[in-house]
Amino acid sequence: MSKVKVARKSTRIDMTAMSDVTVLLLTFFMLTSTFVKKEPVQVTTPASVSEIKIPETNILSILIDPKGKVFMSMDKQSDMINALDSVGNHYGVTFTEQEKSKFKLASTFGIPIKSMKAYLALKPDEQDKVLATYGIPTDSLNNEFKVWVQKARAINPELRIAIKADQKTPYKVIKDVMNSLQDLRENRYNLITALKNESAK
Amino acid sequence: MSEIQTSDSSGKKKGGSKQKKISVFVDFTPMVDMNMLLITFFMLCTSLSKPQTMEINMPSNDKKITEADRDAVKASQAITLVLAGGDSIFYYTGQPNYKDFNSLKLSSYKADGIRSFLLKRNTEAVAKINDLKEKKLQLKISLKQFTDQVSEIKGGKNTPVVIIKAADKATYKNLIDALDEMQICNIGKYVIDKITPGEMFLIRNYRTKGGLSQNAAK
Repeated sequence: MSKVKVARKSTRIDMTAMSDVTVLLLTFFMLTSTFVKKEPVQVTTPASVSEIKIPETNILSILIDPKGKVFMSMDKQSDMINALDSVGNHYGVTFTEQEKSKFKLASTFGIPIKSMKAYLALKPDEQDKVLATYGIPTDSLNNEFKVWVQKARAINPELRIAIKADQKTPYKVIKDVMNSLQDLRENRYNLITALKNESAK
Repeated sequence: MSEIQTSDSSGKKKGGSKQKKISVFVDFTPMVDMNMLLITFFMLCTSLSKPQTMEINMPSNDKKITEADRDAVKASQAITLVLAGGDSIFYYTGQPNYKDFNSLKLSSYKADGIRSFLLKRNTEAVAKINDLKEKKLQLKISLKQFTDQVSEIKGGKNTPVVIIKAADKATYKNLIDALDEMQICNIGKYVIDKITPGEMFLIRNYRTKGGLSQNAAK
């Protein structure tokens, strides 16, 4: 009569709570994240004890790789188009709407203005390959870098200049960049560094 | 995966009410899977740590600053750091002495190198600032008072003036290290200047142990 009943337990777990947690986490990451910008060259910044954080907006960042190639990037796409326009005007090169819309998508630019048209005609994956071999000319005969900074400043007066250079970059290149900035009376700028824990003892 | 169970047992008992009880159970497992994937994606693609930055003020390129002004600064026993290639750093105080190669001193970026020298020159300000830091930790003064007083001490009369000059062969890291030392040693008055042929001569003279100045004397 009395059979031993084996209690059947349901193996189902309620995933609702888990889902709540993951959605919360997802929201957090989406809101706090700033995407890593694609940079054409790998740059290791030197460490320093400075603890000032860099502001997020209105940054004109200057990227210098160990070989001394200079690249630039701006955080506002509208500024980038205007800068391309006015630099093009300066050198007598005009760009079509199509070329401009292609240009604004690039996160970092560093192409001599003469080769810019040919560069913008390339496909995006080809652009990435080619970009690392170029760089904005900074020498005194053909200082396109200076023009870029000057035009960018004219477009957005609130722009802050940040230099991000590799730790092995020779000072000669940094000097050229700093001299160009000095000529433009850009006497305040930021140097991007990594964090180092050290204090005077 | 998700299922809707219908039970019609209640309907038979009461007879009158035709309403069926529907228990809805939605399985959230795939939803969790998808969310986890998205979280992983966001975690890998974001840079949570913002890079640090150093703010510097460069002197303007005005030609108003003449040689005489530079000499006046030097005469006031300014410390000149010369960053040379191969991670070496030299320093001299006051006016350069081209005849004596020992006037230029070799130092290093390590803690017992240039830092101990600069700290020794700046003991008064360092002691005051450490005092202030202690007070700030004990919440005796506010952050604003702290920064105000620190900048006042750094700009004080007896603090040393440092001129940083880098040779073409020096790396960017050397420059940052030198600027770092300024911050560690609480030196408020420093400037990055162009290297002169005179300083290049001093370095070569040092490396040849005075050979160049002896030749010049002959």
